[in-house]
Amino acid sequence: MDIRFEEVGYTYQKGTPFQSRALYDINLSIKDASYTALVGHTGSGKSTVLQHLNALKKPTEGTITIGDRLITPTTDNKGLKSLRKKVGIVFQFPEAQLFEETIAKDIAFGPKNFGVSEEEAIERARVLLPQVGLDESFMERSPFDLSGGQMRRVAIAGVLAMEPEVLVLDEPTAGLDPQGRKEIMDMFYDLYKTQGLTIVLVTHQMDDVAHYADHMVILEQGTVKREGSPRELFRESEWLSSMQLGVPSTVAFALKLEDKFGWTFDRLPMSTDELALEIKKNLGGNVGERV
Amino acid sequence: MSEIITVNHISYKYTDEQERNALNDVSFTIAKGEWVAIIGPNGSGKSTLAKTINGLIEPMSGDVTAGNLTLNEKNIWSIREMVGMVFQNPDNQFVGSTVQDDVAFGLENLGVPRDDMVDRVRDALDKVNMLEFAEREPARLSGGQKQRVAIAGIVALRPDIMILDEATSMLDPKGRQEVLRTVKEVKEKENLSVISITHDIDEAAAANRIIVMKAGELIKEGTPEEIFSYGDQLIEMGLDLPFPEKLKSSLKEIGISVPTEYLTEEGMVDWLWTYGLKK
Repeated sequence: MDIRFEEVGYTYQKGTPFQSRALYDINLSIKDASYTALVGHTGSGKSTVLQHLNALKKPTEGTITIGDRLITPTTDNKGLKSLRKKVGIVFQFPEAQLFEETIAKDIAFGPKNFGVSEEEAIERARVLLPQVGLDESFMERSPFDLSGGQMRRVAIAGVLAMEPEVLVLDEPTAGLDPQGRKEIMDMFYDLYKTQGLTIVLVTHQMDDVAHYADHMVILEQGTVKREGSPRELFRESEWLSSMQLGVPSTVAFALKLEDKFGWTFDRLPMSTDELALEIKKNLGGNVGERV
Repeated sequence: MSEIITVNHISYKYTDEQERNALNDVSFTIAKGEWVAIIGPNGSGKSTLAKTINGLIEPMSGDVTAGNLTLNEKNIWSIREMVGMVFQNPDNQFVGSTVQDDVAFGLENLGVPRDDMVDRVRDALDKVNMLEFAEREPARLSGGQKQRVAIAGIVALRPDIMILDEATSMLDPKGRQEVLRTVKEVKEKENLSVISITHDIDEAAAANRIIVMKAGELIKEGTPEEIFSYGDQLIEMGLDLPFPEKLKSSLKEIGISVPTEYLTEEGMVDWLWTYGLKK
């Protein structure tokens, strides 16, 4: 499902003395079955953009097209429910939203709200638990007896249970250990690759952007500063630094080698495997001449 | 070096139904002015351990001594004054509407006289290099700046021990470096002892000593160099592989022979340089 922002602006408490402009002139497009990383400094407007992706907020200027739905400042709130089903959002620290007696019921809550039968919803929970790295024995346990990392997985399963076409992730792995982080990120990537899910990831982890995303949007002070592939945008490390953003460790290391050894990387490496190949290429041939 | 914290054979269980103890017979000491990183996967008992040190939970057996006080119900408040904690989410620990109000909050709670308070707030903000932000609104700061303000809030209370509970995990690399540098400076100036609970390799590397927890038990203890030389096993210890280690394994896969010892990034650059010369 494509999502397109055209000239979008958003002002909090518009028309009151307290109004403050959070977004302006936003044009961006998220293509169907793409993996988009949304990055920007704290206060750049990422969270406000995120809430527009399923019309939790409506723009105060401009239009947003979500699939075949057009959202304008005057769109009626009625009938937005189907949109919320299609675009699932995993908010920061989603485990804070768990509330049911059992894990199965908690996961089933969302789909039941959208008219799925109790049995079918519970069945979805059963299928999803192993997918998020927990087994069926968790079904009847209380979500509140779990470790933080396990609670996070249950909360994510709850969003997946609605079978969204677009999955929006706001810092989904904050606080997890590196092993757990990798498992969860690989699971999202797998959904993107095998089921064609459209993913929008809000993150500070540039290594994740390099590793998983095929598209990147950089926000600063309420508007889009750049949009492009991570490989293109990470080339501009100085500009990124002026936006208070870093580059992935592979890129930082590659740039260091370019600087120190006078090497050139035609394709900026997005993983250590790519970096290793580039190093081999640069080492091979007339190394003696270069040094 | 004198010991500031002694953890003596402590065990703890949250509920009776739990199969294993959250902490099982854990003992270690921390010296005055020392920085100790506690690492381990999620659920290994790291945070539980930190909570026993400032008396948020009471061990079922064993005891904790901070300074010369063995923690009990009567001296718990004195111990909490000695131990300051910085938490994970920078947005969850602000109460003041300006940076300086926020730093003053803890002092107000202790009933510090106003003149003294003003000095201590300015002094603390100066130590974390945030003095010029004193009048600013906390919400407008970057993640790294927010955590530095949180550290100032603790420095103002003049504790002996600072615990960082995954305090850099939500920051970007730049913010993380900023906070680690601040912790290092403050630790030197105030002769603080630091305990940092972390999954971050850079934060662990900044410590004098690393304690590794697994399933409620202390399984290893050593300097960062000793612990990092475990290579692939670091993942089970709840850390990510250091970047040079990842690159080494990628190079190895395409047939480049790499040194086995632990290399820093600089070491890696030097090694590549000599490797290039030899060819």
